[in-house]
Amino acid sequence: MAVDVDHSVVKSADHGTMLEYSTEDGALKILGFWFFLAQDMILFACLFATYLILHNRTAGGPSAMQLFDVPGFAAETFILLTSSFTYGIATFQMRNNRLKSMLIWMGITVLLGLSFVSLELKEFITYVLQGATISRSAFLSAFFTLVGTHGLHVTLGIFWMISVMIQLVKRGLTPVTARKAFIVGLYWHFLDVIWVFIFTVVYLTGVMK
Amino acid sequence: MGGVKQFLSHFFVTGPFEIGGDVSIGLVSLAILFVLTRYKLWGWLWRNWLTSVDHKKIGIMYMLAALLMLFRGGVDALMIRTQLALPNSQFLGAEHYDQIFTTHGTIMILFMAMPFIFAMMNIVVPLQLGARDVAFPYLNAISFWLFFFGAMLLNISFVIGGSPDAGWVNYPPLAELQFSPGPGDNFYLLSILISGIGSVATGINFLVTILKMRAPGMSLMKMPMFSWAVFATCIDIIFAFPALTIALGLEFADRILGAHFFTLNGGGNPMMYVNLFWMWGHPEVYIVILPAFGIYSEVVATFSRKRLFGYTAMVTSLLLIAIASYFVWLHHFFTMGAGADVNTFFAIASMFIAIPTGVKIFNWLFTMFRGRIRMTIPMMWVIAFIPNFVIGGSTGVMLAAAPADYQYHNSYFLVAHFHQVLIGGVVYGMLAGMYYWWPKMFGFILEERFAKWGFWLFNIGFYVCFMPQYPLGLMGMTRRMYTYPAGLGWSSLNMISTVGAFVMGIGFIFIVLNIVSSIRHPVKDTTGDPWDARTLEWSLPSPAPHYNFARIPVIDSRDQWWEMKQKGMTKPDDSTPLAPIHMPKNSGKPFIMGVLFFIAGFGFVFNWYVLAGLGLLGVVITLFARSFDYDTDYYIPVDEVKHSEAAFGRS
Repeated sequence: MAVDVDHSVVKSADHGTMLEYSTEDGALKILGFWFFLAQDMILFACLFATYLILHNRTAGGPSAMQLFDVPGFAAETFILLTSSFTYGIATFQMRNNRLKSMLIWMGITVLLGLSFVSLELKEFITYVLQGATISRSAFLSAFFTLVGTHGLHVTLGIFWMISVMIQLVKRGLTPVTARKAFIVGLYWHFLDVIWVFIFTVVYLTGVMK
Repeated sequence: MGGVKQFLSHFFVTGPFEIGGDVSIGLVSLAILFVLTRYKLWGWLWRNWLTSVDHKKIGIMYMLAALLMLFRGGVDALMIRTQLALPNSQFLGAEHYDQIFTTHGTIMILFMAMPFIFAMMNIVVPLQLGARDVAFPYLNAISFWLFFFGAMLLNISFVIGGSPDAGWVNYPPLAELQFSPGPGDNFYLLSILISGIGSVATGINFLVTILKMRAPGMSLMKMPMFSWAVFATCIDIIFAFPALTIALGLEFADRILGAHFFTLNGGGNPMMYVNLFWMWGHPEVYIVILPAFGIYSEVVATFSRKRLFGYTAMVTSLLLIAIASYFVWLHHFFTMGAGADVNTFFAIASMFIAIPTGVKIFNWLFTMFRGRIRMTIPMMWVIAFIPNFVIGGSTGVMLAAAPADYQYHNSYFLVAHFHQVLIGGVVYGMLAGMYYWWPKMFGFILEERFAKWGFWLFNIGFYVCFMPQYPLGLMGMTRRMYTYPAGLGWSSLNMISTVGAFVMGIGFIFIVLNIVSSIRHPVKDTTGDPWDARTLEWSLPSPAPHYNFARIPVIDSRDQWWEMKQKGMTKPDDSTPLAPIHMPKNSGKPFIMGVLFFIAGFGFVFNWYVLAGLGLLGVVITLFARSFDYDTDYYIPVDEVKHSEAAFGRS
């Protein structure tokens, strides 16, 4: 903590004008969050590795080719990528100190996130109704766990974003709320990057064979 | 009625050892409750400890928990050795024996070694860096309580539900539902998953602390060696623990959702678990040994009255070990049959680690060379560590030779090897650190008489216990066998080994006696620098005030405090005016979150999903409650700082 102490390496010049980096506490938390993302990346890497090992082990059950629905996952991809863009605009508005516009763009992001989660849920329900459950085969275990872990992250992100929006409404743009909004943004973009890999490794390669 | 009775007989484990456990847990809990109530200590406990976000107090709690777990794991060890003392022994029976070696390994690695290194990190790192706390004090408290309640969850399995019994590595398919039904393995999975979250948070916390909170002037290459070791450890924690989380999480999905990651049917692949487990498991052994290396570096320099020999080489080898640790995991299962080329890569990578480790050994020796050595207790543990680690390291290189490993694999040769590096390396290091920093934690020095008894008994006991296990392994005795027939030539070596284990146990009792007698007749440390040491933590009074530094020092050399003393200073520069100090407020939420995680874990263990869901919901609510709490810090006014500094004879 010790916010007032002039530690040697805290404020780098290019972060000086940004509200979220304006206190030592804010800068520390943002750096800490980057390391959190690093460990989360390893977490997903292990899930990807597991999926790659198990993706052909269908045990006589449905394969990726038979299950995946191209328009469905294309829509999910489009929506999630767009939501990352809209959050980028929210951050831009934050930098320009336009709270109202920032909240609107965050709201749009939340709505896009919700539609992504609903589509994914619908996809999962469709599979389960066809008998393709997590206990059907190793392939489906790996599929549901990898994609589901991402989906859980997105769901948590939505609640988190709403909570930050409430705090922004209550307290306005301060170094603390700006830092929170910035960190949710990092998290959201990170999930987008993970989705790009899920899109390629799971869905595209799944339907291309 | 019959249903209830049947449920209770499964819920509470019944047997002579478990009933003994029940009775002792009950008596100890009653005694604690009585003392707390009788002396009206509940408020004190809550305000000063359970809600504390002070890194020094959190460190002390980690250390007490680690010593307690060392006792529990040690009792397990003695039961193992008693069972193996004689051939055809029926002291424990196969089922009990399996449970006990499982909890012994799990507790010693995850609930003894880990909290002990976290204790040393917490107590020392901010003080060495000239910081007032870690980067995220609140998160630090969460880490501790997740560890604590994770450890409780595992320990409770002894009397409720039944202990895990698939080995500390919990390999499938044995650990799958098909072969290990019941709650035992769930206890293993949940307790480690919960405490693992805390470990990752600690890794992030200390990495940011080290990168961003060093006192002005302390460049990385002026940082004390223990902090460097913690830096390397944190990198390993952040990038290794997720693999454990995934390995255990997927196994848990197999057990409760009927998934097929590691099962024998449904296309599962048990070897995937083994790979994921050791992708964490091998970095893990460096996670626990690197801080010990850091402690050796501090102690050896202080008690040789010389600066550490080869600082740059020490830093380089720390980082090389930290990175190379990711490329050796397969040496835990050369016998998987990955092929000669894969085994060769991992064999060479494993042998490579001996090079930076050897560099470190020589640097410690050269630090002592022509130094004015003082044989204090911490220094004795350091010197005893060196031959231990040389033997343990050499047998490690033997095990790393893939073709030969087919002979040693899972034999007592391996058991002797890893006990030699983990006890001789980690436990000796932690004990050295405990004796060295004890005055900084509590303001008094541990007396030497019992400490020496403890040292010699533990050391001699160690060699008597583990040296016979090398030949036993070469003679074909494999690990985890609960008994053996007479006439194999193993009996006398096993008996010797058991005697050694009990001598170590007596040594441990002496260390505890040492602490108790020192508390009763404390030798006060009034200077704050009882060892005439070198780094910043010794420039503070003992114990350090809760804000650590009244003024943040400005650093211009590696052994800052030593250099200041050479210039004739007896306390830090106090010419600059004091300023109000910004501090984090205590909070009960980390403790509550730990309890809620415990409830969720307990629910999952018994497949009571309503309870589990309520626990998890509680955790989420606590997280959001914290997010909406803006009253998290305060300022200590200058007058109060002045007052408290004056009490230490400073201004």
